Amino acid sequence: MEYQESERISRWRPLIEDLKHTMYLWRKNKLAMIGTVIILGFIIVAIFAPVLAPYDPYQQNLHNRLAPPSKEHILGTDQFGRDVLSRIIWGTRIELKIIFLVTVISTTIGTIIGLISGYFGGAVDEILMRITDMFLAFPSLVLAMAFAAALGPSLTNAIIAISVVTWTVYARLVRAETMKIKSTLYIEAIKALGAGTFRILFLHILPMTVSPILVQMTLRMGTIILTAAGLGFLGLGAQPPTPEWGAMVSDGRLYMMNAWWISTFSGLAIALVVLGFNLLGDGIRDILDPRLRR
Amino acid sequence: MKLWYFIMKRLFLMVIVLFGILVLVFFITKIIPADPVGALLGGNAPPELVDELKHKLGLDKPLIIQFVDYMKGALKGDFGISLKTNRPVIEDIKEYFPATMELAIFAIIIAVGIGIPLGIFSAVKRNSVVDHFSRIFSILGVSMPVFWTGLLLLLLFYYKLDLLPGSGRLELFIIPPEPKTGLVILDALLEGNWEAFWDGLKHIILPAFVLGYASSASIARMTRASVLDVLRQDYIRTAKAKGLPKRLVIYKHALKNALIPVVTLIGLRFGSLLEGAVLTETIFGWPGLGRYIVNALLVLDYPAIMGGTVFIALIYSLANLVVDITYAVLDPRMRI
Repeated sequence: MEYQESERISRWRPLIEDLKHTMYLWRKNKLAMIGTVIILGFIIVAIFAPVLAPYDPYQQNLHNRLAPPSKEHILGTDQFGRDVLSRIIWGTRIELKIIFLVTVISTTIGTIIGLISGYFGGAVDEILMRITDMFLAFPSLVLAMAFAAALGPSLTNAIIAISVVTWTVYARLVRAETMKIKSTLYIEAIKALGAGTFRILFLHILPMTVSPILVQMTLRMGTIILTAAGLGFLGLGAQPPTPEWGAMVSDGRLYMMNAWWISTFSGLAIALVVLGFNLLGDGIRDILDPRLRR
Repeated sequence: MKLWYFIMKRLFLMVIVLFGILVLVFFITKIIPADPVGALLGGNAPPELVDELKHKLGLDKPLIIQFVDYMKGALKGDFGISLKTNRPVIEDIKEYFPATMELAIFAIIIAVGIGIPLGIFSAVKRNSVVDHFSRIFSILGVSMPVFWTGLLLLLLFYYKLDLLPGSGRLELFIIPPEPKTGLVILDALLEGNWEAFWDGLKHIILPAFVLGYASSASIARMTRASVLDVLRQDYIRTAKAKGLPKRLVIYKHALKNALIPVVTLIGLRFGSLLEGAVLTETIFGWPGLGRYIVNALLVLDYPAIMGGTVFIALIYSLANLVVDITYAVLDPRMRI
């Protein structure tokens, strides 16, 4: 009985210590805390958008168009008299959807290609990596623009286009990790036991790559929003009347001179959320940096 | 010996990647679900006219023949005639690219001019007010969308203060200098055309600042990290120990080594400048390649899309190649 107890403690202790230490570093890193708060706020607003938004984001009121910020409309109204604050609040859902879908799609594609490329090596690796290079030969926004325009401008196609330019990051990362892991003893042991390739790849190598993938995901999320907003701004992403923030900045552009609030506040929303992700990503990188852990 | 081998290998890879770029761009323009001929002629054009245009554009041939024709043309720099401007795409690129180049050069000058001093100060005065300011400045620089910063600056300096011009490269009433290099400001300087020179500078300052800001942020961070690294080395301690003034140790001994990785970063930033240029040019009505491609994409002018994207990818890959080779020359460990 006593023996079992002590074994349980010794097994869990390093993990708990590690977690405590991580929490300590987290609290000490003020900027990472700010990032966390911003992102949590962003997610909460997205969840409670119907409750928080004072007006319907699509409700037009042509009698009250381009109204400056006031008590009724805290951030003013746009060219159709729609409440800017409500549109920004509903926009969180759109941005969150973009981040989520792009991350899922690009991580899945990138991870599978990285696993195959790193595990098999040789000609397969060579071919897959040259395809990756092909995608990396373009500035990512330019390639995303081309795909979005070719598929026809819409929110769904913007998501596809951004995924198409984002998977390469994960492919390279997972490939490097896989190459490192596949030469370890435990993989050889499983092989000797007769495990199939599929089993080795997805049950024994994939779990080991999860934490670097997670870090990379957080670091990428800011870039994903910026790209989506850029596409929206150029008219190649979400189409009106969707309250996508980039498209809203573009809407307000024509009225910049006498209705500065439309573009200013929608852009501020983008900047704030991207800032949150960047602070969070920086913080996670700092915390995981072994030089800082000691 | 080893270095030459590395360069040759890198050049060979570049050729393969270029082939890949051409294939990828062809593929993209072929998945266009919208019908470019329909877009040009309108929905109810007579079928003879549609067929005639298809024939003119080579769209009636089998896909594989279209591909061969396209590759043959592309290798000669011929991407066909732009459907919108009715001129050879390559001529358009020749006209628009110098504007982008000019913008990128000024953006880099601004980025380096802000980034390197800021990075050095924050490394030397670590954890001081300057350092904290620099950190915030940097993280804001990579978080704010360029099209938004651009609009806000336009609002302030053009609409409200009326200090700087709003769009284009020169005022309409100013006689532009004879294009020699294609860079308006440089041409004006060569010609001694001071009016155009000053006006050009006034026009470029805002877009170049917007474009350079994000880069100055990452340059500052990199400089800081690199200077801190070097300051920890033994030879710096020796220099300090033998009684050299701090100023001399930092600016003469440390900086030389610390700036090597920064130089590489500047090269890499050039690629992202091209990306930022697309948005910046749209905001400031800058007649560059970025805006050309956006306009082509919006009306599905596919010869222009093909030519423009291939050209941008080419420049981007060349910049990366130069960076890789510079790095290999500076640091032998990279030649593996």
